[in-house]
Amino acid sequence: MKAFTYERAATPAGATAAFAKAPGARFIAGGTNLLDLMKLQIETPAHLIDVSRLALDTIEPTKEGGLRIGAMVRNTDLAADARVRRDYGLLTRALVAGASGQLRNKATTAGNLLQRTRCPYFYDTNQPCNKRQPGSGCAAIGGVSRTLAVLGASEACIATHPSDMAVAMRALDASVETVDAAGKARAIPIADFYRAPGTTPHLETMLEPGELITAVTLPKPMGGTHIYHKVRDRASYAFALISVAAVVQKDGSGRVALGGVAHKPWRVEAAEADMPRGAKAVASGLLAGATPSHDNAYKLPLVERTLAGVLAEAKG
Amino acid sequence: MKFDTPATTNPIDRLKVIGKPTNRIDGPLKTTGAAPYAYEQRDIPANAAYGFIVGSAIAKGRLVSVDTADAEAAPGVLTIVTAANAGTLGKGDFNTAKLLGGPDIEHYHQAIALVVAETFEQARAAAALVRADYARARGAFDLTAAMDSAAPPKPMFGTIADTAVGDFDAAFAAAPVTLDARYTTPDHSHAMMEPHATIAAWEGDRLTLWTANQMVAWSVGDMAKTLGIPKENIRLVSPYIGGGFGGKLFIRADALMAALGAKAAKRPVKIALPRPFIANNTTHRPATIQRIRLGATKDGKITAIGHESWSGDLPGGGPETAVGQTRLLYAGPNRMTRMRLAVLDLPEGNAMRAPGEAPGLMALEIAMDEMAEKLGMDPIDFRILNDTQVDPEKPERPFSQRQLNECLTTGAGKFGWAKRSAKPGAARDGRWLTGMGVAAAFRNNINATSAARVRLDKAGVVTVETDMTDIGTGSYTIIAQTAAEMMGVPLDKVVVKLGDSAFPVSAGSGGQWGANSSTAGVYAACAKLREAVAAKLGLNAADAEFVDGEIRSGDRRVSLGEAAGDAGLVAEDRMEYGDLADKYQQSTFGAHFCEVGVDAATGEIRIRRMLAVCAAGRILNPKAARSQVIGAMTMGAGAALMEELAVDKRFGFFVNHDLAGYEVPVHADIPHQEVIFLDETDPTTSPMKAKGVGELGICGVAAAVANAVYNATGVRVRDYPVTLDKLLGGLPAIA
Amino acid sequence: MSRRGMLAASAASAAVTTIPAARAKTASAQPAPSMARIALTVNGEARELELDTRTTLLDALREHLQLTGTKKGCDHGQCGACTVIVDGRRINSCLSLAVMHDGDTVTTIEGLGTPDDLHPMQAAFIVHDGYQCGYCTPGQICSAVAVLEEIEAGIPSHVTGDLTAPAEATNMEIRERMSGNICRCGAYSNILEAITEVAGRQA
Repeated sequence: MKAFTYERAATPAGATAAFAKAPGARFIAGGTNLLDLMKLQIETPAHLIDVSRLALDTIEPTKEGGLRIGAMVRNTDLAADARVRRDYGLLTRALVAGASGQLRNKATTAGNLLQRTRCPYFYDTNQPCNKRQPGSGCAAIGGVSRTLAVLGASEACIATHPSDMAVAMRALDASVETVDAAGKARAIPIADFYRAPGTTPHLETMLEPGELITAVTLPKPMGGTHIYHKVRDRASYAFALISVAAVVQKDGSGRVALGGVAHKPWRVEAAEADMPRGAKAVASGLLAGATPSHDNAYKLPLVERTLAGVLAEAKG
Repeated sequence: MKFDTPATTNPIDRLKVIGKPTNRIDGPLKTTGAAPYAYEQRDIPANAAYGFIVGSAIAKGRLVSVDTADAEAAPGVLTIVTAANAGTLGKGDFNTAKLLGGPDIEHYHQAIALVVAETFEQARAAAALVRADYARARGAFDLTAAMDSAAPPKPMFGTIADTAVGDFDAAFAAAPVTLDARYTTPDHSHAMMEPHATIAAWEGDRLTLWTANQMVAWSVGDMAKTLGIPKENIRLVSPYIGGGFGGKLFIRADALMAALGAKAAKRPVKIALPRPFIANNTTHRPATIQRIRLGATKDGKITAIGHESWSGDLPGGGPETAVGQTRLLYAGPNRMTRMRLAVLDLPEGNAMRAPGEAPGLMALEIAMDEMAEKLGMDPIDFRILNDTQVDPEKPERPFSQRQLNECLTTGAGKFGWAKRSAKPGAARDGRWLTGMGVAAAFRNNINATSAARVRLDKAGVVTVETDMTDIGTGSYTIIAQTAAEMMGVPLDKVVVKLGDSAFPVSAGSGGQWGANSSTAGVYAACAKLREAVAAKLGLNAADAEFVDGEIRSGDRRVSLGEAAGDAGLVAEDRMEYGDLADKYQQSTFGAHFCEVGVDAATGEIRIRRMLAVCAAGRILNPKAARSQVIGAMTMGAGAALMEELAVDKRFGFFVNHDLAGYEVPVHADIPHQEVIFLDETDPTTSPMKAKGVGELGICGVAAAVANAVYNATGVRVRDYPVTLDKLLGGLPAIA
Repeated sequence: MSRRGMLAASAASAAVTTIPAARAKTASAQPAPSMARIALTVNGEARELELDTRTTLLDALREHLQLTGTKKGCDHGQCGACTVIVDGRRINSCLSLAVMHDGDTVTTIEGLGTPDDLHPMQAAFIVHDGYQCGYCTPGQICSAVAVLEEIEAGIPSHVTGDLTAPAEATNMEIRERMSGNICRCGAYSNILEAITEVAGRQA
């Protein structure tokens, strides 16, 4: 880990102002991913701005009937919130499927969205990785890729996004609220939040340098049965091989997003029209254009089968 | 003391302390964080500096140059050690690759430099500034591709490349029912929770190493050889070890580099291997490819049994002896085994819990399940039918004890085996396909010479000193129980000091020989102490009794404290072994039962129940022994369902080299586990009449799980780990 | 295989230079460590430390306060051996900077009990042999104590059936919640018995 200077921000404006004075700084909140990466010098900020104590740790109703989740709300608290459990069960289910109790106690809503990939080649600084060192190549392509992306990947990168929470957020049509150094606030729909890897896989989200996430908002509850099925080899404390987040209404309509298959939570709204026709029909739309490797081709039938299980469970 | 005739009645048979499920005596220290592991030793010279190792970025080739200028200039850096300035180093007898690489690189993450700095943070940061230039050479990293070039390994530890009895080929060709199947097991990582760690300090030309090490004497010898200094100048201290499983049998880079760093920095140096470094820098259980051929009569009698195994290792390394158990486990007149060893430039392969049997039974016990099905027999009946009470290669040589059939039948009753559907894919519980599996467990018993010193003080306290180690096995406790039983004192009157090369040389912890061997050494020392006590009082030790803290002879009763007096008494002895292990085949046996559920849609596999029945000689402490077995069952569950060091066959390294990538079981994977120990004492093994159990517990587990998955789904997976992607194609169609 | 993938693979006989990723751009002299002064309450005692900002809470405890009961198993949040309780919640102390805990209250294994005065959870681990090598044990025990409080507080888990009903201390709930604490010796079955015994006593 490279030496860094440290300051604690008292307000969101203070945090973004601090960044303006120290370009190349990073915001740190829970730290459960950033610090991990700093130890390996995958991340090497010279200055850390501690945003963990910002007063962004509450969950408030919005006037549209949804919820506004402060960026610093811990994963545990978000999962345990009575309103979330009642109206956005999918989100609670996704949160508690992720990481461990200890990590969820630290990890924040904003930080969870900004997790970086768990691709083993990204984590090994001896290996070429376009995400870690732009232009160095991708060792994962042609390498060990059982856990890696089958959708949306590029010739430069086949990493997946590791978050469970983000998959639920995508299915729930969440929106990411931010503020930049000039004090300008904006809201980014989660559908537009993550970038495709393309030739620049090191650029992962639409956030500008120094732009701070302040909240994630959820639209008003949509009802239905909420199911998050995370598939993994071991029963807990593991990243998803694939995951299926679904909200299924009584008439069989609904929405579905996938985790563990792409650089971002994967959702194809057009495919959801086929929900009443069953998993096969939805999966063919969801998985269109997939480019699996020998090691991860199993993810395609696995998605279809998992979705079938989820739809059967939703029917009861 | 020499053990060369079967044991008769002795003080251990009183079973006042031995055989009781005593809580571990080190429990209060371990549960409060007060037990000092290697990196945490307090009685070290002040002013310790921190070391951080730099590992090779290539698997094979040459280090063209190492530029340490930036690292040396970094804040807090005291010294940097590389092969260029480390002086002439030897290589330990137990190491295959050098612990400090350069200019030749033998494997990925081989140590190439050590940075020593004032603080851990400074050492880690400076290590990232060491710049290395390599010339990469082509290496062999793919076992399948290297099979054809594999050669018979040199005989080591009694293993032989080729064995044959009768005429296997003819018998197999003539057999009415045959199986010929290929199985693979992947590379496994020990993944013990405590990383390899050492603090090294020099005082003149004398070196002290506080380290995490299973085999104190081996490691003193190997360190002396590597550094080129006399063994007498090295003290190695290893009182608490955070798991080993074979991964800490030898000195590794942490120990050598700490010694070199401390010498260069002229200060004590502390090093713990970073977790992402361990899989490739240290040893692992090598992958195997196994071919098993079974021939049987229609009524299930095995007529031909053949087991071949291929594994790889660095030049000069050894094979994974996966065929060993097949020479002894089942009857059959025509037999063959064969091992072939390929040169692979992956990191060093070596022993991991039950080397040989663990991967060997992963294959053999699936093969037995497949063969039983071909024969239309219950897999338990098939095994029982082919039991043998003698060494099948040398029928004049009986097993000292062999209760495999009893393990199988006892387990079958307890587990509810009768409820198992013989037809696979037939049982269902909601969305779960369910199934049961069984496998035999087998692991040889090994005895090793082991010494101890016992002291008796005027308070009647017995203090045992031996360089034996406790890697979680319960050595502290069973040694205390042994001394208490022998001297007739309560457990709280015994102090046990372990893991210090200043103490007499023990068997150490490995090969499940530790419990029986080390306690037998304590037995010998205590026998001598009994004589010393008697002699001091002018009594005859042979008819003296040691009871309730007293020596009693005729109408004389003297407390042990009084007998010891102010000067105290001390005795030292070791247990050595004659040829009983040649006359008798000493092995341990068991049966593993497992029930799984497999999600009919996703193929997710979850273990529902596990049972082990073990026959392993006298169980010295049923509580600690049971823990050994459930722990081994857990590791076996990992081998069955998730553990695999994934090889990048282009660059030659294990890709998933941390605990997020290399998955081992977590709490949620493991159901309640039951263990039954059959009553057994084996008088041929030692006066303790015990054998090992810590490795028996893993033998066969993975196959029992794999067989249960087959029973649940009808999908036979022969390539471990049994993961859902291998099942999907054979699961029921979905809506 | 893509062109870039090919490039990576064909490096097999070429000369290779590794430049630490971070250093490629900045060959300048390394900055001196940045120091920070923090105050913590550890096991009921006020402690002040001046630390390199890079120091994790784990290393602050182990190397600066000599509280070595908290273990470093992986240093990357993958094993749970470093679990401590901060302001009433269990966290992985390896993935937390000490400087971010200024003013916090930390309970480590040493603060739960001592060999002569064991916490009920420590005593239960001994009776049920809920450990072998002992290295993960302090983390398991800190986690176990916190898990029972989390269940009591109604925090849901992956195996909680009805999200709107209170959680219960069932075997599966405890196993799931303890899954961030790896025990390679495999004492899980016994650890569960130790925790359920304590849970039963508390209930």
